[in-house]
Amino acid sequence: MTYDKRFDGRKIDELRPMSAKVGIIPRADGSAMFQIGKTVALCAVYGPRDLHPKFMQNPETGILRVNYNMMPFSGHGERVRPGGGRRSKEISMVMENALLPVLDLKEYPNAVVDIFVELPQTDAGTRCAAITAAAMALADAGLEMKDMVCAVAAGRVEDKIVVDLNYLEDSHEDGADVPVAVLPNSGKITLLQMDGEVTKEQMNEIIEKAKEACKKIYEVQKAALKEKFAKR
Amino acid sequence: MQRRNNGGKMTEEIITKDKEIAVPGEIIATGMSFLPGKGAYRESDKIVAQRLGMVSVEGKVIKLIPLSGRYLPKLKDRVIGRVIDVLMTGWRLEVNSPYSAVMTLKDATSEFIPRGADLTQYYRLGDYVVCQVVNVTSQKLVDVSMKGPGLRKLRGGRIVEVTPQKVPRIIGKDGSMVSMVKQATNCNIVVGQNGLIWIDGEPENEVIAVKSVKKIEEEAHLSGLTDRMAEWLQKETGVKVNPAATPPPAEEQTTTEHPHHFGGSQ
Repeated sequence: MTYDKRFDGRKIDELRPMSAKVGIIPRADGSAMFQIGKTVALCAVYGPRDLHPKFMQNPETGILRVNYNMMPFSGHGERVRPGGGRRSKEISMVMENALLPVLDLKEYPNAVVDIFVELPQTDAGTRCAAITAAAMALADAGLEMKDMVCAVAAGRVEDKIVVDLNYLEDSHEDGADVPVAVLPNSGKITLLQMDGEVTKEQMNEIIEKAKEACKKIYEVQKAALKEKFAKR
Repeated sequence: MQRRNNGGKMTEEIITKDKEIAVPGEIIATGMSFLPGKGAYRESDKIVAQRLGMVSVEGKVIKLIPLSGRYLPKLKDRVIGRVIDVLMTGWRLEVNSPYSAVMTLKDATSEFIPRGADLTQYYRLGDYVVCQVVNVTSQKLVDVSMKGPGLRKLRGGRIVEVTPQKVPRIIGKDGSMVSMVKQATNCNIVVGQNGLIWIDGEPENEVIAVKSVKKIEEEAHLSGLTDRMAEWLQKETGVKVNPAATPPPAEEQTTTEHPHHFGGSQ
């Protein structure tokens, strides 16, 4: 079988339409919204702030704590059970690992930076949208960062390598989904997961295409951040 | 992105211009003749932004002026704190930062405090005080003192919170902005470096003072703000204000010299 036309008519390496906004939550120290297709991620950053419980404090450095949450009504008809689950716990952890390399929290011993990501509407690619939104929110919070972080899922549907899979493609029986987070200026990868099977050659192509796509996401992030502080 | 290739030759140029906004990771300049200042770092021959901020080029040094972020206690900063705990030998203050500050008995007042005295008769939970940071350790243990001119307990009035990075703009050059607001609204105003501002006066005037502080915060990045504020205050209060007025007596002065002013002086 060949996958000649994508389900939503996109080109093979075309991203879904994106929009981003920074500073959406006034009470947070930093916040951002990132939308890609039908997936929406809202992110709030609090801190650095006092960390409790005290046993979690690290006197050598501040820590990063990520909370990823899909809202109950956000899925495909089926209610997502509220509260943390195995899935959200894993995604929170991989997000932390994806974002921590750009941060330097040495200046904030015993403190914590909290990231909360809520997804009111999802259509696959949530962890990538969440990372993209979180990077903007961290920058908005005024934290020192070596680089931004952009993330996108690439993958295989039947015989084709596509980027930014939607739910139909993501759940396709013959395919693979590879979320990738990239530091856009250095090209380093901070998140790489895979669900499904691909060959070595396909994997290389997936990473290349994901890196290309991340450049477009980076431009959206940059524009959103500059817009907030631009002279009116 | 903005990497340019001039036939393999190293180019010396500023890519993100002075006063423009740079996002983390953005290349501000190329070439070895520039030096990274605060908020920037060098990556081979490039100067890269390390935070979201406004680019400031001073000769060869490129630094970033922060536009957002929390307050970190700095030595000699005059801050406004709220008493959150009474300790055995002092008080713990919340200073709008990730770290709370401790004020010991010795630093609290010039009065004699007898051994075993009930410390709440000096400062109670929830009291606001103006104090000065006297020590910050590497582990961010903060000591503050109330010994010094103008350092006192704040009675009455109200507290307004602003972005700490906008404080220099609210104070203005040599306190010009805040003294203008004081003059127009006839309020007592104390601006803490930590972004807390205490305003006390007639209720209507307090409201105007709060509004003007918020207005300055919103427009901090625009130039010609002092003149615009003078005009606005005159319209709101009917009091004739002179933007070039001399700062009030040193007692109410809260200006701490701060290296970066937004958009320079007008």
